[in-house]
Amino acid sequence: MSTFSRAAITHNPAWVQLLGLCPLLAVSNNVVNALGLSLASAFVLFGSNCTISMIRAWIPSFARLPCFVLIIATFTTCTVLLLQAFAFDLYLRIALFVQIIVTNCMIVGRIEAFASKQPLAKTILDAAGTACGFAIALLALGAIRELIGHGTLFAGMELLFGPTAASWQLTFNVSEQGLLIATLPPGAFIIAGLALGFGNALLKKFRSRQPSNNREPS
Amino acid sequence: MTDLALILIGSLLVNNFVLAQFLGLCPFMGVTRDYDAALAMGFATAFVLTLSASLSHLAYHGLLVPLGLTYLNIIVFIVIIASAVQLTELFLRSVSPLLHTALGIYLPLITTNCAVLGVALTSLGQSLSFLETVVFSIGAAVGFTLVLVLFAALRERLEGASVPQSFRGAPITLVSAGIMSLAFMGFAGFAD
Repeated sequence: MSTFSRAAITHNPAWVQLLGLCPLLAVSNNVVNALGLSLASAFVLFGSNCTISMIRAWIPSFARLPCFVLIIATFTTCTVLLLQAFAFDLYLRIALFVQIIVTNCMIVGRIEAFASKQPLAKTILDAAGTACGFAIALLALGAIRELIGHGTLFAGMELLFGPTAASWQLTFNVSEQGLLIATLPPGAFIIAGLALGFGNALLKKFRSRQPSNNREPS
Repeated sequence: MTDLALILIGSLLVNNFVLAQFLGLCPFMGVTRDYDAALAMGFATAFVLTLSASLSHLAYHGLLVPLGLTYLNIIVFIVIIASAVQLTELFLRSVSPLLHTALGIYLPLITTNCAVLGVALTSLGQSLSFLETVVFSIGAAVGFTLVLVLFAALRERLEGASVPQSFRGAPITLVSAGIMSLAFMGFAGFAD
């Protein structure tokens, strides 16, 4: 369990290590896009990590990076085809960033640092933790930006869960228009920066209350 | 001719790949701590980006479309990018060892730069001709280098600023990138 929580929280790929920043900022303009990309990344991360952990004994170390990249590219192509088949309208919104999962440094990083050296059972926990951590970061940012930008939450969920999900939308009539800047590119950078800064401040306050012998090994 | 100029301005400023489309943020955050490193990384990336986007266009229309294998585009493009990086490294090593030592450590990182793959895929999505793809990728490459160098200069000034403790490092960098992106939004409406 410590492998999981370490990968998901204390070493959160997005907030702590700042990996996979491109998709994090690009598709977090609302919750449904964020959820779609989290699921797609989780599938690729899980599939490629497990595959590489199983065949790690046969990968020669001088050719390991091309092997990793080709395996990731294969899983990304599968994800693209699956999304085109089952959630085409959502795919059209986030198409470029699903294809770009191949070059997500978070995935290559986990494979190089963990999956290519550890047995399958541990790799499954680590991949699940990393995927959860990335999803938490992406969904949190997506929720904040949708709330500020449009005054809604969970709008357009029917793109992912079928027609019944259309009624899941929550509307908060804070203002008629919402603060549009939050959904535009500058808003992504600024809100992510503010969230990270206030997160740091909260974390520091929390840490200073705890006795010092309780510190995490890094 | 005006079409090509519009494509160039569009990919260079209006739809800048870093600040408007969020591609290539890893080098944008990673190597802009130092001005010279940003310049070197920018030039290395610009070269590989233009080369691999043009080669990807040729491979897609000359190989994948006739064979009916268009769904393999991601795998083929990533192989082309990795080969372009290798070729650039070999070429630089034989032609200019000085430049090779300056850019050497940044070259392998370009393979996992999503801007390179992003430009190849975007130009494919807009169904541009070969010439238009070349112009589009040159615009994207120059735009990437421009933003990287400008931001590195900006961060040098930021070093001396008194920033609240918990905002030092990544948070304030993200916020200043946001303000820069706000400035680039002023270009909207110049092309397409």
